[in-house]
Amino acid sequence: MLKILKYSFYDLMRSRWSYVYLAFYLMLGIVLLFLNNDLSKAVITLMNVIIVLVPLIGTIFGVMYYYNSKEFTELLLAQPLKRSSIFMGQYLGVALSLSMSLVLGLGIPFIFYGIFKSNAIWDFSLLLITGTFLTFIFTALAFNIALSNENRIKGFGYAILLWLFLAVIYDGLFLMSLLVFEDYPLDQFSLFASMLNPIDLSRTLILLKLDISALLGYTGAVFKQFFGTNFGLIISFLALSLWVILPVFRIVRKSKKKDF
Amino acid sequence: MKKAITAIVFFLLVSVLNIHAETIEVCSSCDVISIKEAISLAKDNDTIFIKKGTYKEFDIVINKPLTIIGENHPIIDGERKGEIFTIISDDVTIDGLFIINVGVSYTEDFAALRVRKSKNFVIKNIVLEKLFFGIYIEKSHHGKIYNNKIIGDAVEEHSSGNGIQLWYSKHIDIQHNFTQRVRDGIYLEFSDFCTIKNNVSTNNLRYGLHFMFSNNDIYENNQFENNGAGVAVMFSKNIKMSNNVFRKNWGSASYGMLLKEINDAEISGNTFEENTIGINIEGSNRITYKNNNFIKNGWAIKVRGACYTNTFTANNFLYNSFDLSYNSKMNDNIFDGNYWSNYTGYDLDKDGIGDIPYRPVKLFSYIVNRTPETIILLRSLFIDIIDFSEKVSPVFTPDNLLDSNPSIKKITW
Repeated sequence: MLKILKYSFYDLMRSRWSYVYLAFYLMLGIVLLFLNNDLSKAVITLMNVIIVLVPLIGTIFGVMYYYNSKEFTELLLAQPLKRSSIFMGQYLGVALSLSMSLVLGLGIPFIFYGIFKSNAIWDFSLLLITGTFLTFIFTALAFNIALSNENRIKGFGYAILLWLFLAVIYDGLFLMSLLVFEDYPLDQFSLFASMLNPIDLSRTLILLKLDISALLGYTGAVFKQFFGTNFGLIISFLALSLWVILPVFRIVRKSKKKDF
Repeated sequence: MKKAITAIVFFLLVSVLNIHAETIEVCSSCDVISIKEAISLAKDNDTIFIKKGTYKEFDIVINKPLTIIGENHPIIDGERKGEIFTIISDDVTIDGLFIINVGVSYTEDFAALRVRKSKNFVIKNIVLEKLFFGIYIEKSHHGKIYNNKIIGDAVEEHSSGNGIQLWYSKHIDIQHNFTQRVRDGIYLEFSDFCTIKNNVSTNNLRYGLHFMFSNNDIYENNQFENNGAGVAVMFSKNIKMSNNVFRKNWGSASYGMLLKEINDAEISGNTFEENTIGINIEGSNRITYKNNNFIKNGWAIKVRGACYTNTFTANNFLYNSFDLSYNSKMNDNIFDGNYWSNYTGYDLDKDGIGDIPYRPVKLFSYIVNRTPETIILLRSLFIDIIDFSEKVSPVFTPDNLLDSNPSIKKITW
């Protein structure tokens, strides 16, 4: 598996898209910090970028990589290799190279800016951690879609739809349901519903740092426990890990049964 | 020459008076061993020195103009039996005592130090611990309360008292005091023309500073942190609030400042940082807000209703989750020339003023007012989209509520 991981990783490192991705984050970091000169504002903008763009790029890139390397995968399958290690290696290769672009691309400008001396370091590292989680989650979801669809166009379509659903439509439905059932106690429901969507989940995690003063304005006891203590942080991280583990598990299972 | 002569005469007079005033020393090995005894022996304008030691006394009544000075903070222990000092005479000075164990009662407001119907008193360098009420000024005027330290251990509102309480008192000067963990740090009721400066009030159960029916007061350069609700100003007129710092008042009913039925006040140069609600305004009219900083609050300003002709000019609104929340579509308040960190417009003519107006009330803040649970969707892409569409054509938020001259740069003063 490690060999395949290494191969995929180096392959991707040489590809143009990784550079474009890295360059994009470098640019973004530099523009935000050195043209804006305001760390708090930069962190807020970055949050918006991370919870919208990272999942999108993760899905598209994952699907693209799978379809492009399909012939090579078939070649590998003819060798005496475990199926799970082939697909896991590829998955980890993509996810790792994407996360590396993200962390380096945003990290380098921030280090030059002097993040280590600033007290925004925790907000910033939380952003990078959630960004990495989102990359792993959405690449895994993309591999799932690609494995289930032989047709490339269909696969891409589903991938875009998945992103659109989780990033925008889900929140719309969520808001509608909260407004419709506003007469009922909703705090448990709303916390639960945000656990079901990895984008909402990472947003909640970042909110815990950025907007804690507003979140504590709500009276519900469950909210208070969730946001007021480390409980929320722990639960959110657990749920995020679950969101990585479950799709990866499905990749392994699906790849074992699939006919090529 | 004439001036010099008057100065000399004045000096002589003062020294003559000084000779008349005698001093009495109190200590465990002195002739006088209790404070009560010293007071009964003393004549008008005498000075009583209390040496270091512990004095178990309560119900000490000061009924003549005296100066009581503690050396190295002698401990006056009330043993939780009742009130400790009661001042019922004019011109009393109390300096440098350490007063502990005030009695707790549900029927009477026992205080460590009570001033009743007196004037020209000075209370300074007092340390209070384990108290019920701290310094209680009742129907008195022209007093000074300086450099006192009040450290309570209040747990519940109904069984605790206030640090410094003024009741029907006028022209009181409260400066450089430190109050911690009592019910209200400083409480003014029916007290006019008072000045409250450079105090620190933290971790109090209810309010750091509390005004009720008190007019024409000034408070400035104070610090309020982590109180139940910062400062509450209620049913008062002409209050000047400037250069105070309100920080970290977190909770569902926590405000940096709570204004209720306040008219003609001036709020300037204050900093509101990381409060759940920076300022909560209800039924308050003709207030000017100028040069305040609102930093990282949940809601910078929450307007509840019946607020008319208030003006907000040249304030900085920095990274608040919500800049402003309104609960109605009516607006009679003016927002002009503020800096909003959420402003996304441009300044093509380079005059430092944004070319398109800023709308501080977002649709989402209206939604959160209606269904508080939706707060969990804060900063979601979907919310940004609906906020944007509301910005383009306001339906739910007051459409005349806008800052036509938003500043492009942070305002300094």
